[in-house]
Amino acid sequence: MSATPEHHVVGRRTPRVDGEAKLTGHADYTVDHRLVGMLHGYPVPASIAHGRLEALSLDAARAMPGVVDILHHGHFPDLHRSPNSMRDGDAVSEVRLPFEDNRIHYHGQYVALVVAETFEQARAAAFRVAPRYRQEPGAMPGLAASDAEGSEAGEYTRGEPELAFGLAPVILDETYTMAAESHVPLEPHATLAEWREQDQRLVVHESTQGVFYQRNALARIFDLPEERVEVISHYIGSGFGNKLFMWPHAVATAAAARMLGRPVRTVLPRQQDMMTTGNRPASRQRLRLGAELDGTLVSIQHDSLTETSMVDHYVDACGGVTTSAYACDNVATRQRILPVHHGTPCPMRAPGEVSGLFALESAIDELAVALDMDPLALRLKNYADQDPQRGLPWSSKHLDRCLEGAAERFGWAARDPRIASMVDGDEIIGQGMASATWFAGRQPCAARVTLLADGTVVAACGTQDIGTGTYTIVAQTVAELTGVPIERVEVQLGETSLPAGPLSGGSMNTASTLPAVAAATRDALAALKAVATGPGGDFAGLAPESLGVESGALVAEGRQASFAEILAHRRLADVTGEGNAAPGDERREYSFRSFGAHFVEVRWDPGISRLRVARVVSSIDVGRAINPVAARNQVEGAIVMGIGMGLLEGLDYDPRDARLVNANVSDYRIPVHADMPEIDVELLDYPDYRFNELGARGIGEIGLTGVAPAIANAVYHATGKRLRDLPITVEKLLASDEAPTGL
Amino acid sequence: MRTFAFARADSVERAVERRQGEPASAFVAGGTTLLDLVKLDVMRPSRVIDINALPLKSVERLHDDRLRIGALVTNTDLAYHPDVLADHPLLSQAILAGASTQVRNMATTGGNLMQRTRCPYFRDPTAACNKREPGSGCDARDGFNRMHAVLGGSDQCVAVHPSDMCVALAAIGATLTLQGPNGEREIDVADFHRLPGATPHLEHDLDDELIVAVTLAPPLKPLGTAYVKRRDRAAYEFALASAGAMLSLDEDLIGEARLALGGVATKPWRCHEAEALLAGKRAEIAAFEAAADVALADAEPLSHNAFKIPLARQAIVRALRDAARVAREDNA
Repeated sequence: MSATPEHHVVGRRTPRVDGEAKLTGHADYTVDHRLVGMLHGYPVPASIAHGRLEALSLDAARAMPGVVDILHHGHFPDLHRSPNSMRDGDAVSEVRLPFEDNRIHYHGQYVALVVAETFEQARAAAFRVAPRYRQEPGAMPGLAASDAEGSEAGEYTRGEPELAFGLAPVILDETYTMAAESHVPLEPHATLAEWREQDQRLVVHESTQGVFYQRNALARIFDLPEERVEVISHYIGSGFGNKLFMWPHAVATAAAARMLGRPVRTVLPRQQDMMTTGNRPASRQRLRLGAELDGTLVSIQHDSLTETSMVDHYVDACGGVTTSAYACDNVATRQRILPVHHGTPCPMRAPGEVSGLFALESAIDELAVALDMDPLALRLKNYADQDPQRGLPWSSKHLDRCLEGAAERFGWAARDPRIASMVDGDEIIGQGMASATWFAGRQPCAARVTLLADGTVVAACGTQDIGTGTYTIVAQTVAELTGVPIERVEVQLGETSLPAGPLSGGSMNTASTLPAVAAATRDALAALKAVATGPGGDFAGLAPESLGVESGALVAEGRQASFAEILAHRRLADVTGEGNAAPGDERREYSFRSFGAHFVEVRWDPGISRLRVARVVSSIDVGRAINPVAARNQVEGAIVMGIGMGLLEGLDYDPRDARLVNANVSDYRIPVHADMPEIDVELLDYPDYRFNELGARGIGEIGLTGVAPAIANAVYHATGKRLRDLPITVEKLLASDEAPTGL
Repeated sequence: MRTFAFARADSVERAVERRQGEPASAFVAGGTTLLDLVKLDVMRPSRVIDINALPLKSVERLHDDRLRIGALVTNTDLAYHPDVLADHPLLSQAILAGASTQVRNMATTGGNLMQRTRCPYFRDPTAACNKREPGSGCDARDGFNRMHAVLGGSDQCVAVHPSDMCVALAAIGATLTLQGPNGEREIDVADFHRLPGATPHLEHDLDDELIVAVTLAPPLKPLGTAYVKRRDRAAYEFALASAGAMLSLDEDLIGEARLALGGVATKPWRCHEAEALLAGKRAEIAAFEAAADVALADAEPLSHNAFKIPLARQAIVRALRDAARVAREDNA
């Protein structure tokens, strides 16, 4: 890690500024808000996945204590579907409105919302709602159960990939599949909606990664001007993508609050959270590679099929990563989607690319075996020095350093490439590696910074901290530019009453938010300089640009005056600066991506068919890490998630009728502490100033990309079994009897 | 809200008495099964009797050297009890392979014997389940049944008994003391859990009774034990297949062997035939494999769990191998 000079705050390991609030229970998550007269909503989920709701018997439920109302298809206001536009900022996760009709499209789809005086009363009454369904045959339990080809959803071609494949001396043609995954954020989804009489506003607390998207969508759905809707999300217990855009529970809850004239809060139980708020869809990907005998890639064809739901068209674009991963002149990607009877999928940490890289980086490993080449050498052989898709230089790419540095720390050179050759007692050690990459993007952002007469600073932006540390990096940026100690910087996020901020998604938040905060800070300092140099000011008569900023004070001619003194002397309470930032012309000159490498060691005990990840060594190139301690935490957490993807996680649907069977955290297996390997993460420090003035590209997703294929490649090395279907569970290891030759 | 009567019992007799005339009543100790299932609307007790104040929290050594375990001894206390570690290491190993530290701190010996299956269809009140709702059918038999039983199932039910502790009890041998309205009786642990047959909702040989103690059979000596639990992740998960093995060795010949299985059967599964096969044999892999084959001879796979048979076979062989190693070290 590079040394950061003592006086710099940006780039320094910084404890979370909201850590104390979280540890002491003062951080106000959505469920911590209670309003006078608040009611509780509890949804009734459909118990079938495909058919019609024929009748809904409510008498028993209505007679339960505390029940105030039950919303359903026959008792729900006429609302408008959101136009669902990313450009207009009103995207939603599921366009279909709750209770819109009597069709059932997936297990768990809401058929009613019980509203009662307490949570327990609402839940007990929800169990008494008696729906009668007519189940229909032909439920699609998932793409694995079908050979349907789906419909076209995008393609890309450069060169003559089919021709080159036909002529290549070494080819590979394999299919890779992945189960659908659940996001499993620690905090389940929750909505608290209040229609405020006094100012005629709809105020909604929501655990969301995008307060402005939800505000705009609610405004469209309830036909209100945007300024009459307020969305608040001060703290979020992570989302991994399934809190990016609004789900139907929020619409139903807001409608209930309006119908009943009282605030209503709905907290989804874990089962419903897993049924109704998205998933990473299952995928089937065919990879065709063609190479020269020296390993030069001459053709890559990547055909992907991913699931969507019956009510939406979600595309998890797996091939997006393949178009620029390797220097190869002939590349084609084709994407198709297949509707199945699941809840609508949505982005999940590194959407599309993480699935795509599983297939691509597994295939590259298979190709290396076929060529009898070291997989690291094969990757370096086909290194893309510039973006082969756009023909532009990379703004900053150090993947070679990642690959070589991580290999060195891992001890890759000592690996015996022969299968099952590294033995330790009952266990066989397997070692594998893969590259990691994720695009670097930015969104427009506005921010406001206020310097107060008491010497404190308030920074405000309508973005969110989803648990990743946004509060802290905003405070660091302001502290860096003002010299005010970080303890004296207050950060306000997560409200639509603040300047419009970006989604917390796509690893774009840091690069989007901090330049706007920096601009607002400079604007506030300029305003302060104007005050200081104006009549009666501490530096009256001096040119504002002659003033410097040091430690919360302005300085000139060997004198200094603190921000507080300057404001006090002019009898001002504060000065405020506004800042805006957005992606600009840099996109025409450069391509922007982050890069990394994972080296994985597994231990395979063939006597009891037990596979564990023992060690992960990673190097990550994301430009500058604003807060290295939080950045490292993101990568370590992502590696853990990658172990889940590689070995454990998959949503199980009943093969007969598409019911989701394991919608709980006992049967849907995420890694536990005992599964944790030794994790060694290196963050390279190459600031990307072509991307933004802070040199940061964002770090939320990249750590997950490449982990699963590195595991699968290590499994091959240990077992000789090429597992092309995630998760790699014991039955697949026991069943696979493929000859250990790779091709 | 679903209401129920709640009473705290201060004596065993009183606890049993409070149960009378209330068929839907339930005892609560650690609550690690009951509370979850009430919240899921799977168990709907009309009366809950809190037995935590009862004097059933000690492990005693009887005059004949057997250990008598109070029904309210927590899984944690039992696993680390010095007499258990000394006489019955398999019991400690099996308990510590189950659940999590937090759950083991709450869960009790009696409650562990009474824990319900993890079959997802049992735990979903909208699904068909003969165990939860007799006559409603079994969604697991032809549904998603990766976790289900390959031994002891019936057309009516293939739900696995989830306990690790009970696998050790099956291998060790134990007597349960039950208190009923008409006094106390004793029952062999092997007879306590019932096979599902045509009545999967009747899980135990209990008649309005409360488990008050578990008395372990005398220990085998010299003894090697091993509990091998195979599961998807490394902790906090129910078994795909587990094997508890106990061996006494005379030189390199097996004296007495005990073997029980978890995760694969509808009740804690003792393998008597395999044990008989092992007695007097040389302690080597071929014998262990032969025993495993006998233990699993009747196993019948469902659509998603055929892997459990080879996996259980591996767990058995490894458990016997490791138990023999320990016994050998003890002999040396």
